[in-house]
Amino acid sequence: MKKTIAGTEVDVNEEGYLTDASQWNEAIAAAIATEEGIGALTDAHMKVVRYLREQQAKGASLTIRSMGKSGVVTTKELYDLFPGGPLKKSSKIAGIPKPVGCI
Amino acid sequence: MSTPDDKQPVKKISIIVSKGSLDGIYPALIMANGARMEGIEASLFFTFFGLNALANKTLDHLKVSTVGNAALNMAMPMLGLPITMPFPTVVGAIPGVSAFATHLMNKEMEKLDIPPVREFLELISDSGGKIFACKLAMDMFKLKKEDLMDRVDAVLTVGQFYEESAGAGTHILFT
Repeated sequence: MKKTIAGTEVDVNEEGYLTDASQWNEAIAAAIATEEGIGALTDAHMKVVRYLREQQAKGASLTIRSMGKSGVVTTKELYDLFPGGPLKKSSKIAGIPKPVGCI
Repeated sequence: MSTPDDKQPVKKISIIVSKGSLDGIYPALIMANGARMEGIEASLFFTFFGLNALANKTLDHLKVSTVGNAALNMAMPMLGLPITMPFPTVVGAIPGVSAFATHLMNKEMEKLDIPPVREFLELISDSGGKIFACKLAMDMFKLKKEDLMDRVDAVLTVGQFYEESAGAGTHILFT
């Protein structure tokens, strides 16, 4: 389905995840972050978001463990930056699909 | 009739871990970590042989039980044989077999990015999950807090564990 986020029409699934990562931009990220209750995105948030997009583009499967080992962010920081669902929320803000793993 | 109350989200899970084999402990760790990933509070209460997962001397050497484990089959230790073929208890009793089955299972779990027990406990602790040890079981096994891995938040009595689990939306699971 189509949704207008930050003035741009994008394709999203029923949970609001972008279905085409190339339609993403930083204004969209900021709008989703507000919607998710994360608030203003800092450099630390954006570092995670950009890392997620890079990994996604490479086809890597993302887990909370791999994030903690990435060197980009520690597990604690990730939970502090994206409270209430660190991987789900950061993925949504990054405009990539919802992670499907259990770890 | 379904009311909005029926959809009350799970707010917290408290998992009691009483088994000390690898296959007894991992499900609880996976469920606790999964809860934190969904923004659900999680605490783990290790009692009886579950303390094997916390004691520094045992936690890095947990084994799959290959004896008296009727559910184990030849596919399960990742031998690639049919799931319908039982794992003979007699074979399971041969020295080294449990270690070998454990090795195969660990290898498979690593492929799925499931961490070893110590790292998993650290991950859960870093994510804000709480790790508790049962006081009575500690007394029984003559264990002290310093014998346990450093991420253990507290040694609790059963009553304290229930207090800790208080609140609407908490679910207590026993494994």
